[in-house]
Amino acid sequence: MTSVTSTVPVPSGGAQRTVVPWAKAGIIFKASLTPGSAYVAIMVTGSHGIRMQDDFTGDIAGPAMRAGWLRLVRAGATITGYGSPDGVRWTRVGTVTLPGLPPTVPGGLFATSPQYSQTSDGVASISGSPSQSTAVFGQVTLTWHGSTWTGTNVGGSSGGAAGPGTGYSRTGSGFAITGSGDIAPATSGASGIGVTIAQTLSGVFIALIILAVIGAMFITAEYRRGLIRVTLAACPRRGQVLAAKAAVIGLVAFAAGLAGASVAVPLGQRLLRSHGAYVWPVTALTELRVIVGTAAVIALCAVLAVAIGTVLRRGAAADAAVIALIVVPYVLTVPIPVLPLGVADWLMRVTPAAAFAVEQTVIQYPQVDDVYAPAYGYYPLAAWAGFAVLCAWVALALALGYVTLSRRDA
Amino acid sequence: MRRAIRAEWAKTWSDPGTGWLLGTLIALTVAVSAVAIGTARCPAAGCGQDPARISLTGVYLGQAVAALVGVAAIGSEYGTGMIRVSLTAIPRRDRLLAAKAVVLAGPVLAASAAAAGASMLAGWLVLPGHGFTAAHGFDLASGATWRAAGGAALYLMLVAVLGLGVTSVVRDSAAAIGIVLGLLYLFPVVAGLVGNPAIQRRLQQVGPMSAGLDSMTTARLRALPLTPWQGLEVVAMWAAGALVLGGAMLRLRDT
Repeated sequence: MTSVTSTVPVPSGGAQRTVVPWAKAGIIFKASLTPGSAYVAIMVTGSHGIRMQDDFTGDIAGPAMRAGWLRLVRAGATITGYGSPDGVRWTRVGTVTLPGLPPTVPGGLFATSPQYSQTSDGVASISGSPSQSTAVFGQVTLTWHGSTWTGTNVGGSSGGAAGPGTGYSRTGSGFAITGSGDIAPATSGASGIGVTIAQTLSGVFIALIILAVIGAMFITAEYRRGLIRVTLAACPRRGQVLAAKAAVIGLVAFAAGLAGASVAVPLGQRLLRSHGAYVWPVTALTELRVIVGTAAVIALCAVLAVAIGTVLRRGAAADAAVIALIVVPYVLTVPIPVLPLGVADWLMRVTPAAAFAVEQTVIQYPQVDDVYAPAYGYYPLAAWAGFAVLCAWVALALALGYVTLSRRDA
Repeated sequence: MRRAIRAEWAKTWSDPGTGWLLGTLIALTVAVSAVAIGTARCPAAGCGQDPARISLTGVYLGQAVAALVGVAAIGSEYGTGMIRVSLTAIPRRDRLLAAKAVVLAGPVLAASAAAAGASMLAGWLVLPGHGFTAAHGFDLASGATWRAAGGAALYLMLVAVLGLGVTSVVRDSAAAIGIVLGLLYLFPVVAGLVGNPAIQRRLQQVGPMSAGLDSMTTARLRALPLTPWQGLEVVAMWAAGALVLGGAMLRLRDT
């Protein structure tokens, strides 16, 4: 393995030489030439050193080298990968067991070059394009009796993104291979494909605004009309009044949210697919979690509005507070991603909008470069953790509401 | 009319909330802009970003406060019943609303101009160090930069007037703030979901927020759905429409 060099097209036309961090080149054993079949590979990457990867999700880090010697040894179902700076001193990178591997497998050389993307400020300004990488294999040896190299191009010929330059050529004792595309798990997002089912719930922010208004007015209207005095005279235990209000609005909002989400998610998926969009498939259980989770977020938002309304006693102020806390962070990071990624991630950790992590259905892979932004369904917190953030906010607001309601004159 | 304006002025500024809200408008706008400016990077290969738009990112949040100022301008009167006293004092109801609009627009414009100016200044000081060199045409002395800052200030003012108009239609602060913010954020979200580019462009032309943002753009003006001034005109039409409707409702209805 002598070198890996990459080019990416630049917006103004032409191409620019650069290092695509996850450009890969090396040796691969694959169960068959069918896309998606089991494989194991040892490779040099653009800037992540030597790696051994298998079956798309497996990834073992080896020595940090941008060039060097690679070796892949098979013994039954066990494959061991080695790397070396000089071809003499070898380091074992990893051992992988692939039980489904047939006795005879095709082995070969490969070069890949994933979609190259860069974010310069919010997700709204991501520029990405297919890249191409050329790997020069200086010397190739086989320690298997009776085999010779045959030249078969696998992949890279589907046109379009692959570009015209992919293929291989002989260079003395080795090969130069140019590839585009990736052998890796697919992701959603700027460098990935498709949308997640969270896309079908983009309208939730309207529900949140409506429930912020209803929730806040549920208590502030009483203050405005003086009804609160009658209420508190009829039910002197003030904590109970607040609890009852929170329970009623929460249940109503949950029922409404559940009805809305259970229509929107299946219907939205069908619509998206009928328009040719790729929607990331999810299990029925995950879909249920997204629907019920979204309804719970809507319900807790209404409870938050009641609690803040109790503290502030003024409808517009309570509304504005709830909208600023949950709707604005959500809208500016997910449906209209204008905020820089760092800010978006931070907001999705600390504001009540973190609870939208319940809509997370895709996995981040460290070995795949992508823009892992909330707008593409990647939240910084796990579903339950994000939801816990909202619960903490609601608990805090309810406690404040209880204290102010108990201590103040009505 | 002058007496009506003077009366409204006294009412507006005798409420300590007004000053606080305008201060919040400036603080939030500048803070969000500063964060966006601090994290923006332009790689050496070049970027298609607009430094003026980055510097004015805070407007996305500032508009919510501006809307709240507009809503509070008349919503608090409905909340307390003060509106009946006001209408007894100034029986010509459209004149009362006009006076409110004037008294609202002036201070909001001043506060938004301060916020936009400070944001621009921060961008001008910081962005060149983040790769946004002179080649990107970001120059505090250039007309386009000032036009963008002025556009931001006028946009925030018009959002406040929109809030005033909507509140005089629905007569409730809480409902009004929900309607105004829904109106602002709805169009961009729907436009982002629509696949058809013609409909998408039309939605971006009609929506008050996307139209207003066009007025704050200094790069790739030809790709915009509207020219900067047309963008402001669209927002002005929304504000004027809400105000006229609010005036008509005020005249027709009992308070």
